[in-house]
Amino acid sequence: MILKGSQIVIQTLIEQGVTDVFGYPGGQVINIYDALYEYKDKINHILTAHEQGAAHAADGYSRSTGKVGVCIATSGPGATNLVTGIATAMLDSIPMVAITGNVPCSLIGKDSFQEIDITGVTMPITKHNYFVHNIEDLADTIREAFRVAKSGRPGPVLVDIPKDVQVASYEYEPQPVVEKTPLPLVKENLIDKAVAMIAEAKKPYLYVGGGAAGIDLGEEILAFAKKIDAVIGCSFMGLSSVPQDDRFLGMQGMHGHYASSMAQNEADLILAVGVRFSDRATGNVAKFAKKSKIIQLDPDSAEINKNVRVDLGLVGDVADSFKRIAQKCCASEKPEWLLRVNALKKEEESFADQIAAATTAPLTPKRVFDIINENKLPATITATDVGQHQMWAAQYSTFDRPRRMVSSGGLGTMGFGLGAAIGSYVATKDPVVLITGDGSFGMNLNELATAVTYKIPVVIVLMNNGVLGMVRQWQTLFFGQRYSQTILSRKTDFVALAKAFGAEGYLAETEVEFKKAFTEAVKSNKPTVIDVRIDKDELVLPMLPPGGAIDDMITMIQK
Amino acid sequence: MENNKSVIAVYVDNTAGVLTRVTAMFTRRGFNIDALTVAETERPEYSRITIAMKGDVYVKEQLINQLKKLLVVKKVEVLEEEPIKRELMLIKVYNKAENRSDIMTAVDVFRASVIDYSNDGMCIEVTGSPSKIDAFVKLMQPFGILEMCRTGIVALDRGNKTLFSE
Repeated sequence: MILKGSQIVIQTLIEQGVTDVFGYPGGQVINIYDALYEYKDKINHILTAHEQGAAHAADGYSRSTGKVGVCIATSGPGATNLVTGIATAMLDSIPMVAITGNVPCSLIGKDSFQEIDITGVTMPITKHNYFVHNIEDLADTIREAFRVAKSGRPGPVLVDIPKDVQVASYEYEPQPVVEKTPLPLVKENLIDKAVAMIAEAKKPYLYVGGGAAGIDLGEEILAFAKKIDAVIGCSFMGLSSVPQDDRFLGMQGMHGHYASSMAQNEADLILAVGVRFSDRATGNVAKFAKKSKIIQLDPDSAEINKNVRVDLGLVGDVADSFKRIAQKCCASEKPEWLLRVNALKKEEESFADQIAAATTAPLTPKRVFDIINENKLPATITATDVGQHQMWAAQYSTFDRPRRMVSSGGLGTMGFGLGAAIGSYVATKDPVVLITGDGSFGMNLNELATAVTYKIPVVIVLMNNGVLGMVRQWQTLFFGQRYSQTILSRKTDFVALAKAFGAEGYLAETEVEFKKAFTEAVKSNKPTVIDVRIDKDELVLPMLPPGGAIDDMITMIQK
Repeated sequence: MENNKSVIAVYVDNTAGVLTRVTAMFTRRGFNIDALTVAETERPEYSRITIAMKGDVYVKEQLINQLKKLLVVKKVEVLEEEPIKRELMLIKVYNKAENRSDIMTAVDVFRASVIDYSNDGMCIEVTGSPSKIDAFVKLMQPFGILEMCRTGIVALDRGNKTLFSE
């Protein structure tokens, strides 16, 4: 059938299985929005308050389901507003397709109104991007964008469509959903090598990252850990990918669990599954896991030896490699190793007890999360912003299934959370709790309007300490308490603000108040802001100073 | 770690913006490139980029892996130890009577050619391996170099080996 370019865009999205898109209209996408109007019974469009919110929503949509998230923005400022959202997806390898309009080809390069070279701008922050010159290429380019976004190591792809291509007519023929390009399978001799290395190990540590989260390998990882008596730790991006278990020590790294980081340091073999050895995870790479041999499984050959030199890199289909290794390895018992890890866990508990005993605050971050964990509904998704609250969420949150942690790891995008929480809810209809801070929330709180409009019952736990807590923590520890521009002397009344947007609002200064507010918010099924007052001097501990080694870990601060 | 000079040949799609994608990747990943040339190949759908770089084995490996991730890159190969390397240079020097015969001797010995000649200056074209070009530049320095430009190297493996042969 002959269709307009704008209709081809929407038809191709529908053909590729897209049911929800996030976006914001504008001059150079009016035609695409006109087509959306036509197909509104087949594709649901969520109008956000800002294009950045749309990009984060598409990202959250993807993180919580594994589907490709889609966002749409107009040319110029619409497109540039997506940039932070696209970069966030890039750094965490999240599959996303961003569609932007642009001025007609005849006006390209003339500095026309709202003209921006968005393919140029997004070149370093997309897996690939396209400018569609001809209507003939439009449908196939969008299909290719989906294939690229979800194949191999996933990532965001941008398709820029000039107005004249949206207006032109061309034959459209529906096609099946594009398949992922299959990853190469690792050769048997390399699998055997890994198996032999694992057989020799006395202190094995399975190190799980976002790459494992993206392929739902958690059950297999836990079963394998039990088989060979290994313990499991994860990177920030690996959170929620492994079922809760005694062997799972939680996140390692800069703000990781003491036992998890220490066990990784003492291990003699690290099996790294879909991790990229970020500086936040390793600290000083020259001193990282020196006693250990490292086997790395990754779909991306450029991740092998990029940050940490590994002993064996297995590039290809990670799920396949892992399952073959797990199957070939013989079961074994390592009671001494487990005993040692248990001792580390005891040490960790004693640090936590000492910190708890030292505080006189009526409500501590730890207690906030205890109350959330005890009272949240099954399948709850935890979305976060970035800062201290994010690290507390990483340390204390429990997850009952995969893809339940939605947070900006690599880019560390303040203002990510609310958009992402909205996207996660639209994708799953599962309960969503947003953990945020007064700093991060202030960046994109406009999306509260979106949550209210679309009746998205996100429970926003705003950990309000009146400061930019994470930067302040660095200033406390490394800058002689010179609190440059981290004290927010704002007078925002978040309860009134929530109500002004049409959401519910609560203030919680004690454990009792917070528990009451949280349970009511969960029950109410309405977007809710809980203004939770915590002390500005709370620190995220332990902390491995930036560029530091394991011996530099700060576990306690004497006040 | 050895810090060898290497020549890397890359086949890329012959379409607009491809060179930008490749060079932008070098910039953002902090790779240092000594020289880079790009032109059409025996296959019209591809261009061949020749990169001369210094770096240890890890840098080289990382650069190749990052190149392979670009969708426009079809093939990447480190050329063997001693590939055939050629470079072309145009060099403009003062044409002073007292130096003229020395310059002409050098041109002769290096099998270069004078492609522009006037009373105050001459332009010489030299082709050869990068070290030959370096030597010629050194030789011309005492006579006063007005301007010069080099193409950067192009290189092919010896024998019947190609980028696409296994």
